[in-house]
Amino acid sequence: MSVANLSYRAVFALVLKRDLTIAMRHKDDIINPLLFFVIVVTLFPLGIGPEAQTLSRIAPGIIWVAALLSTLLSLDRLFKSDHVDGSLEQMLLSPQPVFILVLAKIVAHWLITGLPLILIAPLLAVLLHLNEQSYGALILTLLLGTPVLSLLGAIGVALTVGIKKGGVLLSLLVLPLYIPVLIFATSAIDTAALGLPYSGQLAIIAALFFGSLTLAPFAVGAALKVSTN
Amino acid sequence: MILRYRIIRSKSKNDLHQNKANRVRLDFVRYFQYVKECIFPLSANLAASETDSLAAENQPALLSATNLTCIREERLLFDQLTLEINAGDIVQIEGPNGSGKTSLLRILAGLSQPYNGDVFYKNQLITQSREEFHQNLLYLGHLAGVKDEMTAQENLNFNLTLHGLSIHSSELEETLTLANLTGFEDSLASHLSAGQHRRIALARLYKSTADIWILDEPFTAIDKQGVNSLEQLFKAHIKQGGCVILTTHQDLLTFSPSQVKKITLDYIGE
Amino acid sequence: MWKWLHPYANPEVSYHFAGKILPWLSALAALFLSIGLIWALAFAPADYQQGDSFRIFYIHVPAASLSMGIYLGMAIAAFTSLVWQFKLADASAAAMAPVGATFTAIALITGAAWGKPMWGTWWIWDARLTSELILLFLYLGVIALHNAFEDKNLAGKAAGILTLVGVINLPIIKYSVEWWNTLHQGSTVSKLGKPSMSVDMLWPFVFCFLGFIFLVSVFICIRFRSEILARNSIRPWVRTLVSEHIAQEKTNAV
Repeated sequence: MSVANLSYRAVFALVLKRDLTIAMRHKDDIINPLLFFVIVVTLFPLGIGPEAQTLSRIAPGIIWVAALLSTLLSLDRLFKSDHVDGSLEQMLLSPQPVFILVLAKIVAHWLITGLPLILIAPLLAVLLHLNEQSYGALILTLLLGTPVLSLLGAIGVALTVGIKKGGVLLSLLVLPLYIPVLIFATSAIDTAALGLPYSGQLAIIAALFFGSLTLAPFAVGAALKVSTN
Repeated sequence: MILRYRIIRSKSKNDLHQNKANRVRLDFVRYFQYVKECIFPLSANLAASETDSLAAENQPALLSATNLTCIREERLLFDQLTLEINAGDIVQIEGPNGSGKTSLLRILAGLSQPYNGDVFYKNQLITQSREEFHQNLLYLGHLAGVKDEMTAQENLNFNLTLHGLSIHSSELEETLTLANLTGFEDSLASHLSAGQHRRIALARLYKSTADIWILDEPFTAIDKQGVNSLEQLFKAHIKQGGCVILTTHQDLLTFSPSQVKKITLDYIGE
Repeated sequence: MWKWLHPYANPEVSYHFAGKILPWLSALAALFLSIGLIWALAFAPADYQQGDSFRIFYIHVPAASLSMGIYLGMAIAAFTSLVWQFKLADASAAAMAPVGATFTAIALITGAAWGKPMWGTWWIWDARLTSELILLFLYLGVIALHNAFEDKNLAGKAAGILTLVGVINLPIIKYSVEWWNTLHQGSTVSKLGKPSMSVDMLWPFVFCFLGFIFLVSVFICIRFRSEILARNSIRPWVRTLVSEHIAQEKTNAV
């Protein structure tokens, strides 16, 4: 046995592996938000009518709003169980930088919830008659946008994790912050449908991604310290 | 080894108002200190090292706190609490339920911020030497910090690695045997009892290199034999120059009463 | 500057200071608002296109800019409190949030009321109105989070973090909404299309604006005082204050 200062990468890998192991043994957490995503998208044609033209016009918005909601639903899992069983305290008391711990947890959350969403989205796009030219844009915006959702959402969960009925409050805090991603992502998909270049919108989403990647973990760390107080 | 403390505690707001109003009063000195802390948080460090020099001969106290005030839900739990814990101390915090024992431990561990006052690790503010302090701190709270979805061995391994201790799997098994978890190494924690959960968390103590152990009710759900072996562990730890701070409702049986320092949080005027 | 600020780090001193400036602020608010509003509503010329409905501008614009301004003030207070552990800044941020939310709501309602004669509909997804709406959501989030914590100290810290996250996001949201708006509507009806106001419209506007600023300060001052009391309820000076107040009420009743 030896006392070793773990490298940041080792800490990151340790926490990531732990969270993925837990998720794999608790598969509902992966499947349920995904099912929710599918069901919400299915509801829209039933509510609006099956006309292909209307559906393909509103498909980007529907898919993205459903993605926001299902991310929101899965966010609870990010810190809640760790808070309840005390492992969150232990992580904050470890000599490792909180930034790395938090980042690893967020990445794990995205791998568990964001990635499956991206994989299933094209299927739903077919159901909604999304314009064929837009598929690339849909995947790219989801690929860049869902990490932003996880990162910003983590701030909200970290703030509400100590509150008994934090679920509804969480949506109130987080959804307004998601608006820019929603606007630029749907606009990119719409632009792609017209056959125009959409790299501008993608660049803005990428900027949002890098911005939140650098800033959000600090806010999450500060918020967790308040919540475990 | 000096243990200085003054505790003011009140059952309700009204009691406080009637009896203790003058003792809680912000007098000039405290007011000045408050202002200073508000505006120059760093300078608190200097002020405290002066007070510390009273007690420390050569070695600085492992853990010390000055003028701790804790307020929870508009109740004053303790006020102006000053204490020093040196290498070789075992400190038991006593008091009735809701008297602020857990709050005090959490403040000492740096998990909660006091309303007023500072905590120092070897004369350094714990908020400033976070990494060094956490490297030398082992805190176990009411919650075990054990994941249901992982096995006993995985839990122990994660907890140790996270705190910077790398360990072989054979050693992991050895440690779990010491914690009386033989045969449960590969069972998911969700299949284990409350006492066994606790044991998984406590198993860290056997491998810990931290000086300061802060344990909140470590004996909860632990059988007699387990309590005994934990007390032996505490003895070995303080002999090696560590310190143990704990809360427990039962007395430590294998320690002589003079060995155990006690801090009592209680109502005043009762 | 620190020297000057020292005494105000004490809640008791700040409480009494806020109490002292309160009547002056109230008097100024009453003065400016009565002059400004009477001038604006009765004497200022009507707009040549919009007629008298234009006059709601004298309330709408101050409310809208104050709603943004108060959020910024809240963010500065939150930053001060988080970085320097300055507890009174928490109290001031908590005092500002509901006032800001109210002014955002006023801006939205007056905006809608203005929209009816102008656009023929109560609501239009105009960029400014939409960002005001989102600002209202941000305010409500901060207030809800503040109320969710039992411990005022923690509530202040949590709300402070959220405020700072919000203030970083606010320009991004505002920009994205404006961009979205131009994208979907081509050319929008601009409310303040005219580059310059005529002088007889400007002066009543200045009076109204200053009046609203003073009014906001009055509200914040009152709320700030009660926040200080709530946070220091176990302090003896608060207790003596309360017992004095009760004693006075008793003598009044007799």
